[in-house]
Amino acid sequence: MTLVSRTRNRFRWREPSALPGFGLSFGILITALSLVVLLPLAALVLKAASTGPAEIFALATAPRTLAALRLSFGAALLAALVNVIFGMVIAWVLVRYDFPGRGFIDAAVDLPFALPTAVAGIALAALYAPNGWIGAALAPLGITIGYTPAGVLMALIFIGLPFVVRTVQPVLAEMETELEEAAALLGASRWRTAWAVILPPVLPAALTGFVLAFARGVGEYGSVIFIAGNVPMVSEIAPLLIVIRLEQFDYAGAAVVGVLMLALSFAMILALNILQSVLRRRLGHV
Amino acid sequence: MHSFKARPRVGTLFFGGAFLLCLLIITGGVRAQSELLNVSYDPTRELYREINAAFMKEWNATGAKPLVGIRQSHGGSGSQARAVIDGLNADVVTLALAGDIDAIAQRTTKVPKGWQTRLPHNSAPYTSTIVFVVRKGNPKAIRDWSDLVKPGVQVITPNPKTSGGARWNYLAAWAYAERAFAGDTNRVRAFMGALLRNVPVLDTGARGATTTFTRRGIGDVFLSWENEGFLALTEYGADKFEIVYPPLSILAEPSVALVDGNVDAKGTRAAAEAYLQFLYTPAGQAIIARHGYRPRAMQHADPKDAAKFPLLALVTIDEAFGGWAKAQTLHFGDGGTFDQLYKPGG
Repeated sequence: MTLVSRTRNRFRWREPSALPGFGLSFGILITALSLVVLLPLAALVLKAASTGPAEIFALATAPRTLAALRLSFGAALLAALVNVIFGMVIAWVLVRYDFPGRGFIDAAVDLPFALPTAVAGIALAALYAPNGWIGAALAPLGITIGYTPAGVLMALIFIGLPFVVRTVQPVLAEMETELEEAAALLGASRWRTAWAVILPPVLPAALTGFVLAFARGVGEYGSVIFIAGNVPMVSEIAPLLIVIRLEQFDYAGAAVVGVLMLALSFAMILALNILQSVLRRRLGHV
Repeated sequence: MHSFKARPRVGTLFFGGAFLLCLLIITGGVRAQSELLNVSYDPTRELYREINAAFMKEWNATGAKPLVGIRQSHGGSGSQARAVIDGLNADVVTLALAGDIDAIAQRTTKVPKGWQTRLPHNSAPYTSTIVFVVRKGNPKAIRDWSDLVKPGVQVITPNPKTSGGARWNYLAAWAYAERAFAGDTNRVRAFMGALLRNVPVLDTGARGATTTFTRRGIGDVFLSWENEGFLALTEYGADKFEIVYPPLSILAEPSVALVDGNVDAKGTRAAAEAYLQFLYTPAGQAIIARHGYRPRAMQHADPKDAAKFPLLALVTIDEAFGGWAKAQTLHFGDGGTFDQLYKPGG
């Protein structure tokens, strides 16, 4: 703030902004973040660290752990991808078209947020089980979804959809239709308009939705457990491994799997965030 | 802009109100006194609902400090034990197996180590066994454990890591194989591996597995608690399912115990002790039989209920496995036989 302090402390960061109250609000940020996020995470890491490195390595590289992590992360990625595509279409329809019942559908998008995950899981299991409405229809085709890894995917798509719709929707709503009209007047085809004019500003928001849906999907337990089948090496998700460890009173082992998932998630989310900031810079301010 | 000003005030009011409401609910829950909490396992909901009503009536007629209610909590036996270890304020635990109560006694001082000798019959007022529930007419002709490993037979059982009932299932199958192969460990393991490969869904709890088999229509045979099998017949239709008794099964002893640490803190010892004693009374035993559990004193059961329980060849955990502590570490501990069988190529 004063010249003196600036010279004394070389590493002092750049003056944040002209807005007053930085000290107070930053203090609140640190306190809240520590209490709510960092403290529990630190406890988790500490607990995991109470096991020896050899044991941690053995657990982390066990085929069963790897299979569960592969399923959890693979299904979450795939589900987020599906959600990005359908979420953008849904957001587009909700923003750009006026039709009877739009308010109702708009509200229905949020239902996966509000529904207790166990209820969602049981409902999905009832639908996709070999004797359920959808499961029975698919059975003659030789497709089974319930109690297979495909069931995990369906559950994750269900719970992740609102994230993409809700992040993309406001961006689409603020976009000026004039841009599209200009593009059309300049002779761009509809596809080109969609591709070159509409998609770029929407993409960063869609990526945010993707990250949120993915992060939620990786840790999802309640809804998946009812439709997954939970067979080790086949349809066992990583959160279930944690629960199983807890059941045998192996808190440290549970923490190790937890930290593994956390590290993987963090790495992927970080990579996606970097990608996103690159996108933002490339495509201008959005 | 005009509406912008009014908004925060409505919001504050709303959240303030919600906050107060939450406080009221939380403190209201804490204030309720002289109430028992029975922490039990998955399929005992219906049993304890009736036991609770009968016991309340009897207890409140004695003139002792009246009970306002008995709450029940149900879930996988192992996770219920963990909840009590982590501080769930149970007055009594009524779990699926002694091993889970042992876990509480080992990890806390709430239950003394010798809890199993404090009540008659190993502190298990009722027993049960593992039966096969099959679809009506038994289309796959399942009669014995050896039929479960046939190709194309789908077996439903919960995960023994998370379900007490499933541990009994697993041990019953193991005990059969031990006898069938005269103790040849490799063949026993091969048998168990083949059995597990026929399991398409591993639910986390017994009730979930019942739903998978009955409602979702998955599987040809469901390894089930006898009482849960009866329930499947009455709830989902005797025209759809039938029970097959294997020639050999296991004597399951779901145990009960007083949680001394909690009842002394809450001042509910007298009521909690009487509650467990009640399970052994003629009235208690009759209710137990009505819900498909085998009472220790069958003479107190309604003859109609007693007729439901055929005499079976049952091995006990002590004679076949040397007690729960041993069986637990050997089979269900980290890296135990169950984990080994799910290793690739295992």
